[in-house]
Amino acid sequence: MVRETILLHGHIVDSLLLPKVLDVILQFGGTFELAAIQIGKTRKDLSSARITVQADSAERLAQIINEVQAHGAVVEEETDCRCASAPRDGVFPEDFYATTHLSTEVRLSGRWVPVGGIEMDLGVRVDCDGPYVYQASTVPMAEVNQGDQIVVGHEGVRVVPYERPATLDVFGFMASPVSSERPHRHTIADIARRMDALRSASGKVLFAGGPAIVHGGGRDPLAWLIESGFIRVLFSGNALAAHDMEAHLYGTSLGFGLESGRTAHHGHEHHLRTINRVRAIGSIEEAVRSGVITTGIMAACVRRGVQIVMAGTIRDDGPLPGVITDSIKAQAAMRAAVPGVGLALLVASTLHAVATGNLLPASVPTVCVDINPAVPTKLADRGSFQAVSLVMDAASFLRELAAELGWKK
Amino acid sequence: MNRLLVCPPDHFKIAYEINSWMHVEVAADQALARVQWDTLMAVLEKDCGAKLERMAPAREVPDMVFTANAAAMSRRTAILSRFRFAERQPEEAYFERWFLEHGFTVEKLPEGMFFEGAGDLLGFDSLKIGGYRQRTDIRAYQHVCRMIDCEIIPVELIDPRFYHLDTCFCPLAGGEVMWFPPAFDEYGQEAIRHRLPESKRIEVPEDEAYRFACNAVSIGAHVVLPEGCPITMGMLAAHGYIPHAVGLSEFLKAGGAAKCLTLALD
Repeated sequence: MVRETILLHGHIVDSLLLPKVLDVILQFGGTFELAAIQIGKTRKDLSSARITVQADSAERLAQIINEVQAHGAVVEEETDCRCASAPRDGVFPEDFYATTHLSTEVRLSGRWVPVGGIEMDLGVRVDCDGPYVYQASTVPMAEVNQGDQIVVGHEGVRVVPYERPATLDVFGFMASPVSSERPHRHTIADIARRMDALRSASGKVLFAGGPAIVHGGGRDPLAWLIESGFIRVLFSGNALAAHDMEAHLYGTSLGFGLESGRTAHHGHEHHLRTINRVRAIGSIEEAVRSGVITTGIMAACVRRGVQIVMAGTIRDDGPLPGVITDSIKAQAAMRAAVPGVGLALLVASTLHAVATGNLLPASVPTVCVDINPAVPTKLADRGSFQAVSLVMDAASFLRELAAELGWKK
Repeated sequence: MNRLLVCPPDHFKIAYEINSWMHVEVAADQALARVQWDTLMAVLEKDCGAKLERMAPAREVPDMVFTANAAAMSRRTAILSRFRFAERQPEEAYFERWFLEHGFTVEKLPEGMFFEGAGDLLGFDSLKIGGYRQRTDIRAYQHVCRMIDCEIIPVELIDPRFYHLDTCFCPLAGGEVMWFPPAFDEYGQEAIRHRLPESKRIEVPEDEAYRFACNAVSIGAHVVLPEGCPITMGMLAAHGYIPHAVGLSEFLKAGGAAKCLTLALD
C-alpha cells in the first residue's frame, strides 16, 4: 500500500466538494482516512479536511492525486521528523513523540522509514547506520540512553491507519461493545478456528491468565490446550503457577478442594507449601522434569517448551522461582516474547491483561475474557481497541474453547 | 447593477480557437457584429436604464469585447482576472489600467492561479457560485472569498460548451437564477439545489441553453438575452420580468452573448 496526505480547504461542505473528493478516491480504486476535519462556524468561514489517501500501487495513487487536485486538494508538504538527544539515561527529551500501537513511519532524509517494534506509549529512537541509512525503532523510557536520538514533535511522523482484517470472523468486526448479554458460541468458535490455523502454520498464540482459571475449574482444558500445542507463550503472575501446582500436589486451589468443593484442613497453607517445595527444588522446570509436578498448566508448558514469563506483584507469596520481581525487567521479558504473536488471549487477569494489551501492536488479534466487564472496558480505555471482549467465566470459556478444538472431558 | 463596463467591437474577430464555439474558418461578420453590439447597448441604455462605461478597444485583443471576464467586482474593488489562455492574457493590463484610472482598487491573485472574473463568479450579496475546472482554478476561490468576505460555493463545469459559469447560470435581480443543470456535475447541481429553493430556479430548455439563454443581463425587472429563446422568455415573464431579445449571432461564434459583453460595476 502507498499513501499520501492531501489537504482540502475552502467552502467544501455546502459545495459537496468534500464528499466529491472522497468519492473520486473510491472511484479510482483508492481508500481514504479522514485524518482531520475542521468545519467553519458560519457559512462564510472556510472549512478544511486532511485526508490520507491509500492505493495499492504508486501509479494508481498518482492517478488519484492528479484527479483530486483538480478539485482543489493539495498534497501536504512533507518534512523530515525532528530528533533531539536524550538528556540522560532513562529520560526522553522534552516534546518526545509518544507512540500509539499502530504501525508508524518517520521521515528521514526525505524517505519514510517504518518504526520497528510497535508498541504504545514509547518513544522512537533513530539510529544512523551510515550516510542516509537510518533505522527507527520504539524504545521504552527506562531503556533510553543519554545521547540517543529521539523523535520529537509530530512533524515527519505518520501513523498508518488501522486496516480491518479482511476476514469474516469475529476479528473482522472488532470494536464491538463490551457486553455480557451476547451469545459467546460463535466468538469462541472463531477463536478456535484461528488457533487451529495458527497451530498448523507454526504461528504463535500468547496466553495471559490469572489464578481464577485454576479456582474456577479451567485448569484441565487449559493444560490440554497447551499439551496439544495450541499455546506457545504464557504470561502470568506468581499465583496462576502456584495454584496450578498446588492443585497437583494437594488437590486444592487456595485451600479449596477442587473435587470436594470444601475447605481442606490447613488448606490455606497449601499454596505456601507448594511454593516452598518448588523453591527447594530450584525451578518449575526441574519440579516437572523430576516428576514432582506431572499434571496441570505448568507441567504442560514445561513438556511442550512453552515460553513462560511470570511477572511478580507486591502481594506475592514466595515468589516461585522464575517470577521476575523487577517490573521493568518483567516488562522487557514480556516485550521480548511479543514479536511473532498471531493471537493473544487475555483471560481472567486485570493486571496481566492490561499489561499485555499495552505491549501488543493493534495488528495482533486480541481476545479479553473476564467475568467482570470492567476489565475489557479498562483494556479498551487504555487504547487496545482491537480487543474482542467476552464477559464470561474463565473456566467456561476454556472448556468451550478446548471442546471446539477436540478436548474430551 | 446598472453601471456596466463595455468595450466596442472595433477589433472583434475570431482570431484563434480557445473554446468549442470558436472556429477560425467561421468568421464573424464584423459589420453585423457592430450592429448587434450597438443594438444591445441601445436596449441596455434606453430600455433598461443602464449606465454604460465604454473602454477603448485595442487591436491586439479581439476578445476584449467580453468585459465580463475582466474581473470580479466587489464594491470599489476589482479582483483582476488571470486568464488561462495566453491569447487573452494581454487583456489583463488593459483592464487593470481602466480600473485604476476610474478609481477602483485592484486586487490580484498569485501568479499562475487562473481566475476569469465575472465569467465564473456569480451570485448574490451573501452567496456566490464559482465555476471551476475549465477556466478558473478552484484554488482561486480560497483567495477570492477572503478578499470579498463572502461564501463561494465552487461548482464543476463539465460540458466544454459551457466553459464559463455565465454560459449556464444567471442570477436575476429578484433572487431567482436561470440555469442549465446538465452543465454541472451531480455534486454541483445538488449544491445549487440545496441553497436555492425550487421556486427560485428557472431551468432553461436544452436548445435554448445552447443559444446562450443563460448568458443574460439582469437589470432590475429587465432581462436582456440572446434571441431564439422564447420558452425562457416566457418563464421570465411568468416570474414578473420584462425580457428583451437581441440578435447576437456574431458573438455566439466566439462563445459569448449579452452577459459576456458587459461587466456590472456596482
